[in-house]
Amino acid sequence: MSLLAMQAVTGGYGEADVLHGVSLRVEPGEVVVIVGPNGAGKSTAMKAVFGLLRLRGGTITFDGQDITGWKPDRIVRRGICFVPQTDNVFPTLTVQENLEMGAYVRDDDIRPAMERVFALFPPLREKRRQAAGTLSGGQRQMVAMGRALMLEPKLLLLDEPTAGLSPIFIDQIFEIVRQVNAAGIGILMVEQNAKQALAIADRGYVMAQGANRHEGSGAELLADREVAEMFLGG
Amino acid sequence: MELAGLLTYGIFFLTLVGIYGLLALGLNVQWGYTGMLNIGVAAFFAVGAYSSAIFTTQPSPGHLGGFGLPFPVGFAAAMLLSGVLALAVGLITLRLRSDYLAIASIGIAEIVRLFLKNEGWLTGGVRGLAGIPRPLAGWFPGYDALAYLALVLALVAAVYWANERAWRSPWGRVLRAIRENEAAARAMGKNALLFRLQAFVLGAMVMGLAGAAYAHFVRFISPEAFDPLFATFLVWVMLIAGGSGNNRGALLGAFAIWVVWSATEIFVTRLPEDLVTRAGALRVLLIGLLLQVILLTRPQGILPEKPPRPERAD
Amino acid sequence: MEVLQLLIYGVVLGGIIALGAIGVSLTFGILGFANFSHGDLMSAGAYVALIFFTTLAWPLWIALPIAVMATAALAVVIDRSLYRWFRSRQPVILLISSFGVALMLRALVQIFWGPDTITYQTGIQMPYRFAGLRIRPDQVTILVCTVLLVLAVHLFLQKTKMGKAMRAMADNPGLARLSGIDTERVVLWTWVLGGSLAGAAGVFLGLDTRLHPEMGWHLLLPIFAAAILGGIGKPYGAIAGGLVIGIVQETSTLFLAPAYKPAIAFAILVVMLLVRPTGLFAGRSTV
Repeated sequence: MSLLAMQAVTGGYGEADVLHGVSLRVEPGEVVVIVGPNGAGKSTAMKAVFGLLRLRGGTITFDGQDITGWKPDRIVRRGICFVPQTDNVFPTLTVQENLEMGAYVRDDDIRPAMERVFALFPPLREKRRQAAGTLSGGQRQMVAMGRALMLEPKLLLLDEPTAGLSPIFIDQIFEIVRQVNAAGIGILMVEQNAKQALAIADRGYVMAQGANRHEGSGAELLADREVAEMFLGG
Repeated sequence: MELAGLLTYGIFFLTLVGIYGLLALGLNVQWGYTGMLNIGVAAFFAVGAYSSAIFTTQPSPGHLGGFGLPFPVGFAAAMLLSGVLALAVGLITLRLRSDYLAIASIGIAEIVRLFLKNEGWLTGGVRGLAGIPRPLAGWFPGYDALAYLALVLALVAAVYWANERAWRSPWGRVLRAIRENEAAARAMGKNALLFRLQAFVLGAMVMGLAGAAYAHFVRFISPEAFDPLFATFLVWVMLIAGGSGNNRGALLGAFAIWVVWSATEIFVTRLPEDLVTRAGALRVLLIGLLLQVILLTRPQGILPEKPPRPERAD
Repeated sequence: MEVLQLLIYGVVLGGIIALGAIGVSLTFGILGFANFSHGDLMSAGAYVALIFFTTLAWPLWIALPIAVMATAALAVVIDRSLYRWFRSRQPVILLISSFGVALMLRALVQIFWGPDTITYQTGIQMPYRFAGLRIRPDQVTILVCTVLLVLAVHLFLQKTKMGKAMRAMADNPGLARLSGIDTERVVLWTWVLGGSLAGAAGVFLGLDTRLHPEMGWHLLLPIFAAAILGGIGKPYGAIAGGLVIGIVQETSTLFLAPAYKPAIAFAILVVMLLVRPTGLFAGRSTV
C-alpha cells in the first residue's frame, strides 16, 4: 500500500483548474521528486495533497485513509507536514519558538524532537534564541524544515527547498533531505534544480501544463534524453 | 390645514432626500466605481457648505465673507474647493490600500472639523454661520420651498445623468477594470492612480455640491451639523442599503434610509421630554443595527449592481 | 521645565494610547482589519467602571478588573455575533461594520448616561510636587497599572503557548494554519486580550481626563497612528508607538494650538503610511 496516492486530481484555486487529472504516489520511505517547467503546476500538485486546493475531481489517500478534501490542520495531525517555498518561518519568533510552533498540535514532551532537529541542523542550536527573520537564507530554510519535522511526520512535502540558495547551501539541503529520508520519513519534493534532485530521488514525475508527462525512477529520468532536453536544461 | 402641514413636511422631507441623494451619488463614484473607501465624506460636505456660505453671505464680523455673490457662484465655489481638497488628499493617500485609506480619510474629516471649529475668523467657529440666502427666494411668491426643492431635484437629476454617462463611457470601463483587479489594470498601461484620482475628485465635487445645497437649505451651519454620524455614516448606510456601484441604488437607498430615519424621529418625539436627548441616541442605535442586519443578510443592497451592457466598441 | 512637565503628561497619555494600540495592532495583524470600534470599546470600559467606582463607590482595585473583564466579554460577543460572519468576505465589509459598531456603542453610552461630560470623582486632586514638576495621584496609579499590564502582556506573549501562537499568527497567518494552530481559538484570545487592554485604557483615560461619549473615538486616530508606527502585528512596537505619539502630542502644545493635537497624530500616521508602512522596526516583510 502506497504511503500517499493521488489519483486523477483536478482542481484549482478559484474558477479555473490548474491541475488536470494528475496522479502520483509515494511509497513508504521513498524520495519522490516533481520536476517540470515553470507554471507546470508542480507546487499546485503538492498543495493539493495538503488540502490547499479546491478539488473538482480525483482522490487522495494517505496511509490507507481517504484525505480528499481535508483541511490542513487535520492533515497535519495525520502525519503530513508541508514546507512552503516562501514565507516559511515566523520572522519575529526565535528559532526555538518557531520549532515550538511546529509542534503546536502535540501536547507531549517535544524536547527529544527538538534535539533531533538541532542534530540535523547544528547551526540552529547556537542561534536558538535569535529571531528567525534575522537569519541568512540558508539558515532560514533550515528553520522552515525543522519546524515541519517537529511533528515527526510520515511524509514531508518540500516546495522548492533550494530556491534562491547559494550552491553550498543547496548541497547541504539535499544532504539533509537524504538524512531525513534515511530516518524513514517519506519525501515529496518539488524542485527546479532537477538534476541534483533526481540524483537523490527514488522516483520522479515530470509535469507540464497541469498534467503528468513522464514518470520513472530518478536514474531513468536523468538518462532520458527527451526529458533532459526539455526540462533539465543541462 | 392638515394637508398644508403634510405638504410642507413632504417638501422638507424630499429636499433632504435630494441632498442625501447627491451625497450618495458622490460616494458611489468613489466607492461604487473604484472601490475607494472614503469614511471622510463629512469633510467634503462641510467644505462645500462653508465655501458656498462664505461666498454668498453678506458681510459679518463673525466670519469671513460678505461677497454677497449669487448662489450659482457659491455652488461652483463649493464644488471647486471640495475638488481641490480631494486633489490634495488624493495625491497623498490614494496609493494606500483600502483600510489605510479609510483611516486616513477619517483623519482628514477630523482635521477639517477641527479647522472649522477653531478658525472662527473664517467660519464663525462654534457659533456657526448664519444668514445664508435661499436661492430662488421671491421668484415664485408663496412657493419658495417648492422652488428650492425643484432646484435640488434638478441638481440630482443632472448628477445622476452625468454619473450614468460616465459609467458607460470608456473612462468608466477603465475604472471598473481598476476596481476588479488593480494589477491587471496597471498592466493595461493605464495610469491607475490617475483614474482613481479623477474619480475621487469628481465624487468629492458632488459631495461639495450637496454641502452647498444643504447650507442654502438650512440657512445656518455649524460644525455640529457635520458630525460623522449625520454626514458620513448615514450616507454609507444609504449606499449599502440601496446597492453600491449603482446610481439608481444610491438614490433608492437615500430615499429608503431617510424614510426609516425620519420614522424613528416621529416615534421618538412621542416619548416624554427628558428622554428626548437619549432618544436621539436610540435612533442611532437602531440605524446601526439596521446596517449590521443589511451587511449580514443582503450586503449587495436592494438593487444589486448589474454590469451595464457595453457600448459599441470603438 | 515646561518640557519636562509635558513629557510627564505625554508618558501618561502615551501609556493609555499604547494599551489601546496593542489591541488594535493584534487584531489588525491577526484578523486583517482595522477595527474602528476599538476606541468606543475603551469608552464602554470607562463607563462600566463608572457604575462600580462612582455609583456604587467601590474601590478602584475592584472596579478596574470588573471593567476590564466586561470589556473583554463585550469584544468577544461582538466578534461572535457579528465580525465572525464577515471574515470570509471582503475586508471592507468588516471595516464598515466596525464603524457601525462604534456608533452603536457610543449610542448605548449616551442612552444610559446622557451626552454630558462627567468625572469619576468630584473635586480636584492635589498633585504631588517634586523637582518643580507636578503629577496627580491618579496619574501615578495609571502609570503603575500600565506598567503592570504591559508586563502581564509581555509574559503572556512570551511564556504561554497561546501567546506564542498569537505572535505566530500575527507574523504569518498562512504558516500558522499550515502548522495546525487552532486559528479560531487564537482569534478568541486576541479579542480577550485586546478587549481587556481597551477596557483598562478607557478607565485610565477617564481617570486622567473626563468621561464623555466620544472619549474613545477621539483617541482612535492616535491609537491607529501608534499601531502603524510600531508595525502592525507587533505588540511591542505598539507600546513604543504609543509612547512616541503621546509624548509628541503633548509636547506639540509648545508651538501648536492644543485643539490641533489630534492633527499631530494624523500627520505622523500619514507620513508612516507613505514612507514606511511596515513600521519603524524591522521584521515582517509584507504589510
